[in-house]
Order: sequence, then C-alpha cells, then structure tokens
Amino acid sequence: MSAPPQAASQTPAMWPMYRAMVGVGLLCGVLIVGVFLTTRPVIERNRAEALERAIFRVLPEARTRRSFQRSAAGNFEPAAAGGNAGFVVHAGYDEAGALIGFAVEAQGMGYQDLIHVLYGYDFARSAVIGMEVLESRETPGLGDKIETDPAFVANFELLDVALGAGGEVAHPIEAVKPGEKEHPWQVDGISGATISSQAIARILRDSTSQWVPILYRQLDDFREAR
Amino acid sequence: MAGVSKTLEIRTSPHILSGYSVDTIMFNVVLALLPVTAFAVYAFGLPALLTLTVATVSCLATEELATRVAGKASALGDWSAAITGLLYGLTLPPGLPLWMVAVGGIVSVGLGKTLFGGLGANPFNPALVGRAFLQAAFPVSMTSWTPAFGAERFYTLPASTLTAPLTKPSYHDALSGATPLARWKFDGQLTEVSDLAFGAIPGSTGETGALLILLGGVYLVARNMMSWRIPVAILATVACTSGILYWLDPNAYPSPLFMLFSGGLMLGAVFMATDMVSSPMTNAGCVVYGALIGLLVVVIRLWGGMPEGVMYAILLGNAVTPHIDNLIRPTIYGARPAEEMS
Amino acid sequence: MALPPSQDAPSPMDEFSKGLWRENPVFVQVLGMCPALAVSNTAANALAMGLATLFVLTLSNAVISSLRHFIPKQVRIATYILVIATFVTVVDYAIQAVSLDLHKALGAFISLIVVNCLILGRAEAFASKQPIGVAVLDGLGMGTGFTLALFSIGAVREILGNGTLFGIALFHESFQPWIVMILPSGGFFTLAGWLIVFSWLQEWRERRRRENAVQSPVVEVTR
Repeated sequence: MSAPPQAASQTPAMWPMYRAMVGVGLLCGVLIVGVFLTTRPVIERNRAEALERAIFRVLPEARTRRSFQRSAAGNFEPAAAGGNAGFVVHAGYDEAGALIGFAVEAQGMGYQDLIHVLYGYDFARSAVIGMEVLESRETPGLGDKIETDPAFVANFELLDVALGAGGEVAHPIEAVKPGEKEHPWQVDGISGATISSQAIARILRDSTSQWVPILYRQLDDFREAR
Repeated sequence: MAGVSKTLEIRTSPHILSGYSVDTIMFNVVLALLPVTAFAVYAFGLPALLTLTVATVSCLATEELATRVAGKASALGDWSAAITGLLYGLTLPPGLPLWMVAVGGIVSVGLGKTLFGGLGANPFNPALVGRAFLQAAFPVSMTSWTPAFGAERFYTLPASTLTAPLTKPSYHDALSGATPLARWKFDGQLTEVSDLAFGAIPGSTGETGALLILLGGVYLVARNMMSWRIPVAILATVACTSGILYWLDPNAYPSPLFMLFSGGLMLGAVFMATDMVSSPMTNAGCVVYGALIGLLVVVIRLWGGMPEGVMYAILLGNAVTPHIDNLIRPTIYGARPAEEMS
Repeated sequence: MALPPSQDAPSPMDEFSKGLWRENPVFVQVLGMCPALAVSNTAANALAMGLATLFVLTLSNAVISSLRHFIPKQVRIATYILVIATFVTVVDYAIQAVSLDLHKALGAFISLIVVNCLILGRAEAFASKQPIGVAVLDGLGMGTGFTLALFSIGAVREILGNGTLFGIALFHESFQPWIVMILPSGGFFTLAGWLIVFSWLQEWRERRRRENAVQSPVVEVTR
C-alpha cells in the first residue's frame, strides 16, 4: 500500500484515550474488589466445609480434627490458616480427644491428568480405612470407576499399612488384577480401568511409604499440640 | 438422474488404459479377503459369521440410503461399501453385540464416507472410523474377547451377541480371554509366535489368521492392484524399531516377531492402510506413510495406555496423507528437473 | 437479504428473538465453539455455562452501549476486554460462592468466557453502535440462544452418554451408555448433528418461502 502519510491527521487525541482506559479500569477494579470481598468468606467457608466433609468421610470415627503443617525442622505444628506451604496432615480425634488417625492428601499421575486423593489412616488397625478422590479427570464411564465402583472402593475400607521391624512399611500397597486380592495390603484393580485403578494404588503406596513412618516417629507433636 | 451413469470423460494426454476399473479392483479385494473371512468363521464360529454379516449389511444399507437421500445413482455396484463392511466386521471382537455392530456400520459409511462426499472423498479409512467410534463408545464390549476354536462354536452363541438394542451385554468370565498384546502389556506374558501365526488366540474376527492375510496381500500385489510399498514399509518399520528395542533390553520389550504377528498389524498393514483413497499417491509418499504408521504402532503399543494401536496409527497416517502428497509431488510428465532447465 | 436497511426498523421483540433462531450464535453464526464443545458434556454444565455467558453478555452489552460515546475507537477493543473480563471475574466468584462442585466442573472455562468471540463480537458489532435498551435486548437474546444451543448439545450428550438428564436416570439400568458422547469427540459429533438439522431446516423454510412466493406474490410483500 502506498497511501500518503497521514500521521498528522491520524494522531489521536491522547486525553480521551487515557480517560476511557483509566476510567473504565478504575470502575472495573472497584467492582471486582467489591465482589471479591463479599464472596470471599462464603467461598472459604465452602472450601473448608468440603475438606471437612471429606476428612470425616475417610476417618468416620473422628469427631474433631486439626490440621498440622510440617515445619522446616521436620516436626509438625498446627497449620496457620491460609498458609498452605509444605506437607499438611489432618489429625482426627475421638470424643475423648485421643488421636485415632490421620487424613492425608496425596496426588499422582492418572490416565489423563493428576489425581488428587485424600485417605484416612487409622492407628488402631494400622491400615488405610477410607479413600476419597478429591479431583480427577479420568475418562467418564471408565476411569471414574475409581470413585464409583463399589468393589474398588471397598479395597480401602481396611488396607493394611503396618510398619515392620525397621520402622518402614512392612508391605507396601500393591495393585493386583481384579479378583486376585490375597493379602490385606493388595488392591483389586478394575477391569476396564486398569491404569486409573493402578494409579490410585501407586499414589497410596508412595504416600504411605513416605509419610506413615514419619507420622509414627512424630506422634508426640500431635498429642502435645492439643 | 438415476439412469445416468455413463459419463463422457475428457482428459489430457497421455492416455494409458490400465485395464482395471474401480469395481474390478474392489471385487478382487473382496476375493483376497475371502480366505481371511473363511478362517474367521472357522475359528470363531457362528458369532463371527453373524458379526460379519451384520457389519456388511449395515454398511451396504447405509450406503444405499445415503445415495438415495443425496439423489445420486446407487453405488452398491462398485463393491466399495461391501469391502468397508467386510473389513470393518473383521476388526470387531467376535462376541460383540449385534446392535453395536450395526451402529458402527452406520457410522463407518455414514460418518466416514458419505458425509465427506462418498467414494474417493473420504480422508479416513471408513472401516476404521466405525471401529474407532465403537472403541470410544463401548470400550468394555470392544475389549471383551472370546477364545478361538471353542468346542461348541458352530451352534452356540455367547450371551453378548444377541443383546437387545441399547442395552448392556453380559459377559461370562469363563468365556473371556485376553489378546496376546493385552496379556503382554498387563501381565507381562508372551504368546508363542506359532500360535499367533496360525490364529489359535483370542482377537478380532479377522486379525488372527496372520498368514492368510499375507496370502491375500500377495495375491493383490501380484495382480498389481495394491501398493506393496505400504505394507512392506509398515512391517519393516515395526520389525526394525522393535528389533532395536528388543536388542537393547529383551526383558522389557517383546520380540519383533511377536510384534509383527500379534494384534491387528497384519490386517491393518495389508488391507487397511492400503485403502487407495486415504493413502498417498506417490511411491515415495507411500514409503513415508508406511514408516510413520509403523513407528506409531510401536510407540502406542509399547508406551501407550492401550495394548493395541494399529487402528489409531493408521487413522493418524490417513490424516497426514494430504500433507505427504503436498510435500512429495510426482514429476509432471515431460517436465525436466530444474537444473536442466536453466 | 438485500433489503434496504431503512425499510422497517426491527421491533424490540425482533432484537431479542433474532438470537434464538435466525442468528443463533452457535448453530448459525458458529461462534463460541470452545465452551460449546468443552462444557456441554452434561445438561447441567451446559446450562450453567450458558447462563454465565448470558449474564456476562447482557451486562457487558449494557455497559459498552452506555459508554459508546466515551470510548475512542483506538482503544475500544482493550476497553471492551476490560469490561468483559470484569464481569467474568464477578461470575467466577459468584459460582464459587454458590457451588464449589459446579465451579470444579466448569473449570477453566469460566475464565475463558473472556475470549468467547460471541461476547466481543456482539460488543463490537452491535452494542457499540446501538442505544442501551436495544443492546440489552440483543445481549439477552443472544445469551438465551447460546444457552439453548449449549443445552441442546448437552442434553443429547448426557442422555446418550450417561443415560441421564440432569442426573436423573431416564432408562432402565441395563441401558448401555455411549461413552464417546461424554468424551470430547462426542461434542463434535453432536454439534455436527445439530448443524445438519439446522441447515436442513433453514433450507426447507427457504424452499417453502420461495414456493409460496411463486404461488401468491402478496405474501412476499407483507413479509
């Protein structure tokens, strides 16, 4: 294009542009801040309630719970509200206030994307007694059987994670083929959702192998904190 | 319009009459498929026969209906819908509910072919489009296999075959078997290559008779009706790639022979990838296309989530075909290379 | 189509109803494909997404129309995006406050309403040139049309893919779900199916109109 230079006539007036952008920007900013402040307490309450419900579902015998955070020194301190840095564990207590177990969040790669789970670990039975999928994008109708298949969910009603003599998990959780579960630490897979069900078993295995020994070593942190 | 089928063809020279028309070639493909089909019925019995029949009939019916709606002349005479139906039926598990077979047949021809404009305009192999749709829609049924050579196969049907339309089939665990690839992937067990070659394994109706598939391919190549470059390129790539991996770590990877004879590779390489419409036009293009499919097969089988990847590999190869044709062009008759011209 | 624009000004009802059928954003204009394909896997998700878009579209149309003399044309796109993004953020917080589950299901697509070309398209092509009342009607109509389109895609996908509608089982429990329909590819199949139906209907109406016009030319004039 060989249009004659029109710069002089095309130079826009600067003031109306700034006025429009800044004015609209200010209005929008005020609106967003207003909505944010009004909805924030509701949203945070929703989040806390959702987590709370999940915790009491995986630790059905707990009556109260407290969240702890791992400090840099390696021991656990009551988690500060909002500060979600590092590993968080939720301790569950019965009516008498005695520690009965933990709810631990874990995540790992599934078939499509990361799967986030919450599992409950019970001291009296030294076993995982509940598992809840917090977030997953597994294939609807197939991979999401990890949440809906009653036989698969039943795996986590009592899944042995006892510690051996060396202070490590004696039998790490392992996935087996559907219907071939022989030992209390094995997870029956789902036919048609092999990868997703194995992923859940792997997530639990990694998380329990890492954290259950540590939690046992640091038990005093949770008792004292009450 | 229905009566007008002869057209006056005007083309530029040179004129060479090959002697083969579309329907002659298509008819010969059906001939080449006959041994495979016969073996499928022999190995899996009555359910395979019903599956193949319903598959073919549903494809033919869809083709006829679609041409009528579009106001075109009936295209059943060119055999292409019959081939699509037969090939599609050969890729299905023998115990698949017949209503699902019919749904897939409608999708193959309806979605895979006529929506794109009919024979010659489909970018993907229609038979595989139908199978891919079923695989995504009914994954459990599409991976439930019945073992070959059951004692009562000629007069009994598995419960799943006659499932009422739109309802879930029921499978008896006693009847189900895993394909060799699934056994390798999920259980780490290898099947004897001799069993693979002679079809004593569970699998899709037409994929188990590997040697008969090769026989059909050789017939078509001998009659100059099929590009030998595509199957050879696919099989050679699979053999080489898996051979290198096997040589690197024989414990982690299966042998090249297992890779060649298991699953739908033979059927795919010989009859699916060579579909004239959805494969490249030039010889060099065919080699590139075949190598790409072979590579994808190995990648999906060894590292993918599913045990078998031939179908997706060929569909992806189909998708790349226009680009291959764009990059590798034949020399125009009479044209000289650029350096000679200047 | 080639009528002079001044012939008769569209009535307010026309401004509203054009988005429902004649200029339906999804089925006729083929705009806003990203949410139409991605969030239509269940009827409830589709409806929620449609309503969120309806809300953002109406309010942004209203604001942009009322500010149309205030915004110089050099910065109009930036300003429009600012306004649209604000309302999207408002919707995002509102949905989180109402239901976390719904927010999880809609995921990133709430934020992506910002770049839904339907909204920017209406702002640029309509709201920036029309008085506020008409612009609001246009936003309501287009938003309702978008919601209806998403819902009709979502309903088909949920019924076939899951055997349910709004989570209520429609069939006997032996129904075999077509899982492909709730997978992303099902969105394409369903959208394509509706597009076929829509263009076929339009062709049919067109043909009817032409036949009528031949028989009695008076009809053409009164239209």
